[in-house]
Amino acid sequence: MKSKLHRNNTMLPVVTINHLSKNFGAIKAVDDLSFSVNSGDIYGFLGQNGAGKSTTIRMMLTLIEPSGGDIEIFGLKLKSHRKEILRQVGAVIERPDLYKYLTAYENISLFSKMSGINIPKKKIMEQLEQVGIAERAHSKVATYSLGMKQRLGIAIALVNDPQLVILDEPTNGLDPQGIADIRNLILELSRHQKRTILVSSHLLSEIELIANRMLIIDNGKKIIEGNVSDLFDPSNMIVELRTMNTSHTLNVIHASSWKNNLEKQQQDVFFFKMDKKEIPVFTNQLVQNGVEVLSVQPRHSLEDYFLSLTSANQHVETFTN
Amino acid sequence: MWKLLQIELFKIFKRPRTYISFAAIAAMILIIQLGLEFDGKSYLQLFMSGISDSFFVPYDLILNGYLVAFVILNTLLIHVPLLVALVAGDAVAGEANMGTLRLLITKPVSRTEFMIAKYLASVVYTVMLLIWMALLALFLSMLFFGTNDMLIARNDVMEQISRNDVLWRYIAAFGYAAVALSTVSALAFLLSVFADNAIGPIVSTISIVIVLTILSEMKIPLYDNTVKPYLFTSHMLAWKGFFYSKSNGEGQAISGSIENLPAILRSLGILLTYIVLLVTTAIAVFRKKDVLS
Amino acid sequence: MYFKKFISLLCFLLLLSLHSLAQDAASLVQKVKAKLNLVNDYEATGIMKTDVTFLKVPEAQVSVYYKAPDKLRIKNDKGISLVPKGAVSISLNNLLKGNFTIIDAGTEMTGNKKTHVIKLLPTDENSEMVLSTLYIDESKALVLKAKINTRENGTYEVEMNYGKYENYALPDKVVFTFNPKDYKLPKGITFDYDDGSKKKTDAGNTNTKGKVEISYSSYVLNKGISDAVFK
Repeated sequence: MKSKLHRNNTMLPVVTINHLSKNFGAIKAVDDLSFSVNSGDIYGFLGQNGAGKSTTIRMMLTLIEPSGGDIEIFGLKLKSHRKEILRQVGAVIERPDLYKYLTAYENISLFSKMSGINIPKKKIMEQLEQVGIAERAHSKVATYSLGMKQRLGIAIALVNDPQLVILDEPTNGLDPQGIADIRNLILELSRHQKRTILVSSHLLSEIELIANRMLIIDNGKKIIEGNVSDLFDPSNMIVELRTMNTSHTLNVIHASSWKNNLEKQQQDVFFFKMDKKEIPVFTNQLVQNGVEVLSVQPRHSLEDYFLSLTSANQHVETFTN
Repeated sequence: MWKLLQIELFKIFKRPRTYISFAAIAAMILIIQLGLEFDGKSYLQLFMSGISDSFFVPYDLILNGYLVAFVILNTLLIHVPLLVALVAGDAVAGEANMGTLRLLITKPVSRTEFMIAKYLASVVYTVMLLIWMALLALFLSMLFFGTNDMLIARNDVMEQISRNDVLWRYIAAFGYAAVALSTVSALAFLLSVFADNAIGPIVSTISIVIVLTILSEMKIPLYDNTVKPYLFTSHMLAWKGFFYSKSNGEGQAISGSIENLPAILRSLGILLTYIVLLVTTAIAVFRKKDVLS
Repeated sequence: MYFKKFISLLCFLLLLSLHSLAQDAASLVQKVKAKLNLVNDYEATGIMKTDVTFLKVPEAQVSVYYKAPDKLRIKNDKGISLVPKGAVSISLNNLLKGNFTIIDAGTEMTGNKKTHVIKLLPTDENSEMVLSTLYIDESKALVLKAKINTRENGTYEVEMNYGKYENYALPDKVVFTFNPKDYKLPKGITFDYDDGSKKKTDAGNTNTKGKVEISYSSYVLNKGISDAVFK
């Protein structure tokens, strides 16, 4: 089996999900979902709370039985090769819940033993070192902060040296410093340790910063999947303009070629579509024509789109991609 | 499997809560021992009242370690199921509640193995409780109260067991009690699969045991002849059967004999059947269960 | 006329014979007593078997201690023995102690031996014993059987078989039969459980019977016994 589970085969799909679905009674939590994660990816899995991310991840980890479709990991069917696959997978699922009455060291050693491997003490301490909690290795987890527990959870996921690391909302509830630390840790795991990482989040900004590929789902369905660099294309930005004198602004715009870029107006807010490079030119012209600019806010179109999914919010809801 | 069992035992015995049961048992036993030490004679007079009119009763000899142990077991074994449910009811539901269950299930261990290890761990815990009880109730009492022949008041007869005929009966009784308590364990274990919080299965187990015990103890012919022989609670007390001897033609007890061994074995069989059914069901349900905690 | 004389004579003879019979009985009792008095104390070992409806006890190795005039103690060497209350108070020495009227009741077979039956009526009206009947082997002056009617505790019966120690009127085997009081337990303190087997329906039978049998293996006679044994 080892031969099948070799790593560093870039571009080889590590995870292949085919027409996966899960029904809880009448509710379709996951609906005909297909995607693939390639070797070496940091794969961002994005969706609002309740979109079906956790259900998908739980199916990938055999916590939940799919209602339909199938999951292949390392080229093997999960259903029939559960043990071999899970031996090479490390995961943190939602909250980092651990045995509070045990120490960090005891927790990590207990879970690694569950994987059937006896990890030497040195390796465990190294792992705790890597996530920065080695000096508290022998304190009870009950005394840990959420951030420390999250790190310990990641250490547990990593201690068996897995090829695939699945992190479900790893930054939930962390302070900004904690979020940054986890982000750096994920980047390091990918760059230096060449692990394939699937990380879920409900925050686009987070995924944007670390992922190379991403998937957005909503209501259990795939909305979009692709390379982050493509999806965050700078030639296709939304610019939100606010001015003091709305009617004058409208006249200026209609008198210029920018009228072709105007997507829509909502009271005193104008939305334009343009390349990132055009923004300074655009602003300059407005000012020169006597428009009193209050703000110019550029956003990726994807961001707007995602905002429209995650909040029943305001103006952007009429925007179409 | 052995490794999984070790892990489960490690978790159980690292937990402060586990030792509450041991402390509770120690407290109950010491209270009974103290009571009997200081007022044992009045207690004995009560249960020897049936014969003290016609016979000289050497109370100081009768109140020995063997009898004290029997009194303790008789009182305690009714309540120990509660303590057993505390751990077995927590087995799956407790992990679900803590959130550790989802991490456990992502480990390369089959759910069946996982469940068997968990059940065996609760059986080991039960056996440890009983060993603890044996140490305190039997051996400590033997030390404090000495040993002598043992007298047991039954409904229609007073049993006397020679002192050198007692100890093996206790060993057999403790063995039987282990099976009886493991049945309660199995019930709590099954209920534990359905809950995401340990309180539910623990309380349900205790309620079921209480209700069934009442059904078992009530002398209502309707129940006696129908459901009662099949309730596990009707067989929990069969350990006492090891203390009843056969009598010979002249009315003397025969040392080393058991009055109704087939009845004890039948009870044992029923309890073992319960264990197998309950644990198999628990495993089957858990194998199909979506872990959503 | 003759007839009257004849009757008088007959009556006289009858009275005479009754008198001599009574004399006979009294002297027999004296002989028995004298034989019992040969023993000042003894310490015996034996096996005690208890056969009582509501007791299930194993055979017991017992020591029996006696000291004249009326001290008797049955002691289990290794364990516990429940000794019937009557078995101790109703020793032969006790029976023959005090004042009583002796009635000769003729002869009767006890087992395969011809015995002289003598009834003792205590003169003390408050005596616990109402009537004792002794079946005495005249030739050896040994009491083979005694029946004792008591005021409170029903009827006791003691049977004795003699062997090696018959010269001292000490039996090899004593069977003591009595009517124990009914066995009743206050509710809620029984240690029983229901094993599902059918209980004998005659459990309520009031005909409870008790029998205790001691087979002696040896006696140590007149070596002196400390009173502490009987405390």
